[in-house]
Amino acid sequence: MSLWEYANPKKFTETTARVLPVVVPLAGACLLAGLIWGFFFTPEDYKQGSTVKILFLHVPAAMMAVNAWIMMLVASLVWIVRRHHVSALAAKAAAPVGMTFTLVALVTGALWGQPMWGTWWEWDPRLTSFLILFLFYLGYIALWQAVENPDTAADLTGVLCVVGSVFAVLSRYAVKFWNQGLHQDSTIMKVGEKDPLDPAYYWPLIFCLAGVVLMFVALVLLRTVTEIRLRRLAVIEAREKFE
Amino acid sequence: MIALLLRDLRIAFRAGGGFGLGLAFFLLVAVLVPLGVGPEGGTLARIAPGILWVGALLACLLSLDRIFALDFEDGSLDLLATAPIPLEGVVAVKALAHWLVTGLPLVIAAPVLGVLLHLPEAGYGWLVVSLLLGTPGLSAIGAFGAALTVGLKRGGLLLSLLVLPLYVPTLIFGAELVKRGAAGMAVQVPLLLLAGITLGAAALLPFASALALRINLR
Amino acid sequence: MEFIVSDLAVARGGICVLEGVSLRLAPGQALVLRGPNGIGKTTLMRTLAGLQPALRGTISAPPESIAYAAHADGLKSTLSVAENLGFWAAVHGMAGVEAAMARMNLTDLADRRAANLSAGQKRRLGLARLLVSGRPFWLLDEPTVSLDTASVALFAEVVRAHLASGGAALMATHIDLGLAEAGLLDLTPFKATGAVQAAQGFDEAFA
Repeated sequence: MSLWEYANPKKFTETTARVLPVVVPLAGACLLAGLIWGFFFTPEDYKQGSTVKILFLHVPAAMMAVNAWIMMLVASLVWIVRRHHVSALAAKAAAPVGMTFTLVALVTGALWGQPMWGTWWEWDPRLTSFLILFLFYLGYIALWQAVENPDTAADLTGVLCVVGSVFAVLSRYAVKFWNQGLHQDSTIMKVGEKDPLDPAYYWPLIFCLAGVVLMFVALVLLRTVTEIRLRRLAVIEAREKFE
Repeated sequence: MIALLLRDLRIAFRAGGGFGLGLAFFLLVAVLVPLGVGPEGGTLARIAPGILWVGALLACLLSLDRIFALDFEDGSLDLLATAPIPLEGVVAVKALAHWLVTGLPLVIAAPVLGVLLHLPEAGYGWLVVSLLLGTPGLSAIGAFGAALTVGLKRGGLLLSLLVLPLYVPTLIFGAELVKRGAAGMAVQVPLLLLAGITLGAAALLPFASALALRINLR
Repeated sequence: MEFIVSDLAVARGGICVLEGVSLRLAPGQALVLRGPNGIGKTTLMRTLAGLQPALRGTISAPPESIAYAAHADGLKSTLSVAENLGFWAAVHGMAGVEAAMARMNLTDLADRRAANLSAGQKRRLGLARLLVSGRPFWLLDEPTVSLDTASVALFAEVVRAHLASGGAALMATHIDLGLAEAGLLDLTPFKATGAVQAAQGFDEAFA
């Protein structure tokens, strides 16, 4: 029983069909619980008022924006090294999801920043990094769409993802160097340090994070299965044309 | 390899080779920006490093698709791939040729355009140094983008979309180097980081580019 | 010093087109590939030249022994005939540009730019590249396209001389070059039946 068994499209599709009915309700429940708890049953911040509660959307989205790219990097490496088609298709399936999370993080950040900093947009290193990450997603998706042969597309986007990751990290440090920024540091891991996240916010945020992770898993599984079916369709069509 | 370099240079300098186009574009940027921004010397002096760097970057971008596309169309790339020189070497030499034809003229022309933009006097040396260190990196990164998109019909726009995010670190450190140099501040950090990125790109990216070329040729 | 292909399967656009192709080419031998359009001659040639991976099977040849001449000649229109040829000679580390031009009847055109050559002259220049590659196994994909009768005879003579000097040639062509010693290999029996798919190793076939 090896993990690589799930690289078989048929096995992957079957497993997904069994996993999804569990993951989807769980994701919905976590998100609903976290958001309702967070929006209606937590105290308001003494400085930020109720605007602070956008963090229940902003933080999970920002986290997944980065994690989705990391997942794509891992999937691309698996494809390049082990040539599992499902892995390449999973990377392809994750890209629009990750791009959407990036967009959500940017928009919620702007909505939060307006009352807090008095501006919709600030060339803050974190904001700028996310904007650049958005461009990376855009290029990655555009390359997938531009190349006709699916295996060639998988190879090229895989190489782009690996090289792009290196440059994304470089950009992150370059941008930090370029502007010191307004954005507060992440507080979620700062239990016991100064300026910690209010404990009243901690649990609803954890629920939201779990919900978004599960939602990401569900979406990627679903989209990967769709991609597998599209590939299967293409192979069948090509074979019919060939005969 | 030297033969390949000489051939690429010869083609670039002959009629229709596109030599000078990037330079003309660079000049246009330096003329258009003051027309858009207004003639106040103070404003121009402040944005000059950034404008010059963005202009150089776009001028570089303009000719990237020629690095491999022409050789791909006429079959030379197939023949080069079966020739006794490694494809990684082919990529490196072609990126070098691109730099000699596009990047180096930009480096030489930049001080003149700096005058147009009222670049502070202390900045000229650093402008040349930063472009000299940065533009080879732009060519190496650009060659990678060109290798990714070589087989595509409408690759030009996609190439820009892929390459520009990769140019971000070079742009930031390059412009920062000039800015700090012009203001008389310490320049060691951006200088070293800029050189590091270019060296890293020149050393490692040819392998990724050759891989992408092989994928596109099959 | 033999060129041996055994049980080769090649794919175009992810679909297997030829399978079970086996052939041997010893020094001094020539082999002509035949088969209807679209059977996969060019795909086979590109695979043999190492430009694309084979689905199955093995190709064994001494390293750096194959010279490939495709449909496109790889000429630069702004360079002269001598410059084009000189470049390929330099890439392969060979001399003999003058001799190659003389043998392909290009000496009078040496200083003319490739843009101003006729289709047949370009083709002759493309084939002259084989002579400066210094490689024993020639893979020729439709080498006689746009050549006139005299040029075909000239080229046949060059191939014959190459074989006599210990080289070998694999040609995909419909024109009879008049090489009596050339063997014939019809590719029609190797047409893929669809049994072999583009799957790679694992049980990952998509259909």
